Amino acid sequence: MGKPQPILSSLEAKDYKSAVKPIWCPGCGHFGIESALFRALAHLGLPPEQVAVISGIGCSSRLPAYTECYGFHGIHGRALPMATGLKLARPDLTVVVASGDGDAFSIGGNHFIHACRRNVDMTCIVMDNEVYGMTKGQPSPTTPPNWDCKIAPGGTGVSPFSPLMVALASGAGFIARGFSGDRNGIAKMLVEAIRYPGFALLQVLSPCVTFRPEEKDWRLQVHPSELPTTANWAEATRRLAADDGMTTGIFYKAELPLYPATVMEPIDQLNAIETELTL
Amino acid sequence: MNTLVSPMDSVAVAIVGSGGAGSITAGSLLLEAAGRIGWYGLMTRSVGPQIRGGEALAMVRLAGAPVGSHGDHFDVLLALDWHNADRFVDEVPLNANSLILAEAEAGEPPAVIMASGARLVTLPLESLAEGVEEGRPNIVALGVLARLLALPLDELLIVASRALERKGLDVDLLQETLKTGYDAAEILDDSIRALPPAPARGTRWRLTGNEAAALGALRGGVRFAAVYPITPATDLSEWLAVRLQRVGGHLIQAEDEIAALNMVLGASYGGIPSLTVTSGPGLALMSETLGLAVAAEVPAVVVNVMRGGPSTGIPTKSEQSDLNMALYGLHGDAPHLVLAANTVSDCLSATQWAVQLAEALQCPAIVLSDQFLGQSQAVCEQPVDHDGLGVASRLVAVEPGSAGRYDRYALTDNGISPMALPGTPGGQYTADGLEHNAHGIPSSRAADHRAQLDKRRDKLLHYDYGPLWADEEGDGELAVVVWGSATGPVREAAARARAQGLAVKVLSLRLLFPVQPTRLSALLAGVQRVLVVEQSHSQQFYGYLKAHYALPGEIRVLNQPGPLPIRPAAVLTQLLQWR
Repeated sequence: MGKPQPILSSLEAKDYKSAVKPIWCPGCGHFGIESALFRALAHLGLPPEQVAVISGIGCSSRLPAYTECYGFHGIHGRALPMATGLKLARPDLTVVVASGDGDAFSIGGNHFIHACRRNVDMTCIVMDNEVYGMTKGQPSPTTPPNWDCKIAPGGTGVSPFSPLMVALASGAGFIARGFSGDRNGIAKMLVEAIRYPGFALLQVLSPCVTFRPEEKDWRLQVHPSELPTTANWAEATRRLAADDGMTTGIFYKAELPLYPATVMEPIDQLNAIETELTL
Repeated sequence: MNTLVSPMDSVAVAIVGSGGAGSITAGSLLLEAAGRIGWYGLMTRSVGPQIRGGEALAMVRLAGAPVGSHGDHFDVLLALDWHNADRFVDEVPLNANSLILAEAEAGEPPAVIMASGARLVTLPLESLAEGVEEGRPNIVALGVLARLLALPLDELLIVASRALERKGLDVDLLQETLKTGYDAAEILDDSIRALPPAPARGTRWRLTGNEAAALGALRGGVRFAAVYPITPATDLSEWLAVRLQRVGGHLIQAEDEIAALNMVLGASYGGIPSLTVTSGPGLALMSETLGLAVAAEVPAVVVNVMRGGPSTGIPTKSEQSDLNMALYGLHGDAPHLVLAANTVSDCLSATQWAVQLAEALQCPAIVLSDQFLGQSQAVCEQPVDHDGLGVASRLVAVEPGSAGRYDRYALTDNGISPMALPGTPGGQYTADGLEHNAHGIPSSRAADHRAQLDKRRDKLLHYDYGPLWADEEGDGELAVVVWGSATGPVREAAARARAQGLAVKVLSLRLLFPVQPTRLSALLAGVQRVLVVEQSHSQQFYGYLKAHYALPGEIRVLNQPGPLPIRPAAVLTQLLQWR
């Protein structure tokens, strides 16, 4: 798919970091994801100008400006269609989407489903902290039903959904989960995700130490998958259905048909089209 | 330029029938045949809400000059049957001089149609068609119309055989069917509605406004489109999809209108001129993303084919009621471009210009068309190649310098800053909907906000839009100021008024935002009375003019909502009352 091949470059992780200081709270899991992305890009030897990081709104979505890559910090929930347009127009670029659980699964839920089934070559990182952090602590689609908060005293009473099962049901061909505390682990998954020719989803459990301090315990709860990656959809479905949500690893990786078209070199002249309209 | 100075200069024919009876096919063939021998024309389809079947009406007007409206009355109403035909009665005004041709077996015409006083002639179209193998009543009807309008049967045969051979119809049988109708129309020889003499043959185009807009986009350099289906804009997208493929571009159907415009921004950010196509409800969904395009300074074009609103409204009918939303529907102080097409073929120029302006000014452009312009088929002159219209170009930062130094939103003299395209070393920046400084870093400082607001305003204000911003026609102390599809009936009314000795100036605005008060004042110099004409219930255009322009002297407003078009006679009456 025209993706630049790894080169013997001297690029290091620090070459991808911009001078902009993150707004994230000290201890935020997102720092680990940022660091892992830089390691992955350096490992792949991708020149920063060949990478575009696209995002919506939320703590997660601040990532583009913190990189030395091209970036677009758009509007809430719409990073996936924007990334789709960019990749179809510029198949030569490596496109990475930075999103969060509210951005990708709530306001952007429709786009999430269709990005999974459309299978345009890109990597979507969802930094899942099970809370809206930027707006100071509201429940997201992955928040437990009994989480007490100002906007839903006593909890929402609504069960969280399983984004990875939705992704699988929607046709995504690369489905993985990582933990922000395991930078090398996420970096390895990102290398595979970026190399994967199609839509790759990486959910990263990323504690919000400010609004969900109990998530600091995730460090003790996450556990790597004991099973190898499967290319079998039914098998992946069974595993994800039985999963406790804290398993990390690449669950599913399959060869699927890519979205079939991109903008390319002209193959006909406009004159022929205009002739159709003359009497 | 419309030179229809009298209702006698044209022939207007309405063909009605239930879905599948072929009334639209008959109208289309009539238009094409007349176009081939030098006539200008306009055909508008009107159909019921049914997906298949239902009722269908083809309104065809043929003339020796370009046609911008369906006039005041129809000369001929041809009914293949009367099923639900009364639904169309408002759209087909008849008078005592009109002729109603009806299938003999179709029963009594609706009383409301006969109340016009028009003469009724019945013809056994169905039984005549049965007399010919593969014969069809709508083709018999075409033969009838050929005789009535003095249109050469040969021309009809050429277009009919070309259009219908895909259905496997035999040309000889087709000819026989046409001839059957032609011969049967002998009884009408006392009421021939012959077309006026054909003007010189030239290169005529036959296209809808939606096709014209799509071609304008292609001419402007658009190579990526993302759309969501919506009536009456979908046929634009479908026409464009195939042609984009042929020029190496791509059209994608998005999951909704929000996704569509965000895909467009993504592609445009990547350097490819891009567009989306929608109608009122879809434009509403795109509103937030338009604000992003303004703030992040990303070129994008939205062609909005207006329909009756609000909400689902009247999807298949025309109205000029999305004007306020296009002008004022964005959040924040968000300078952007709003353009309007004023004829079917002008949809090409307006859209092409919009692509150029959006790319040059790095901001979103909304092109307002409407169902009437978009879905009417015109036989017209080859669309004007306006000076300065060509392939869009964007100010690109080719050598942005070293990474971290490039100022994407640099404050330049004209407000336009070179845009680095992804892939360019050293040009890395983050396009941002957050307010930012010149470097592109998010900033909530008052000085940065002010500087970027000024920049985004000034780049639109300082640009020289040239004469294309408005069409000026005629002279006089009385001026009609109009926009969009209302221009057609206004031009016709003005021509008739001039023929009666009344000097009338017509100004049709193509560029609505940014406003051009100095230019309009210059065009209105010496004008004492202004008539504003628009197809909006709440006088949206008049409100816009009042807000942004100093209109001279006395002002009157002629406005009506859709779905019925503004008729030239209504405008003419206003003008003559004011002489």
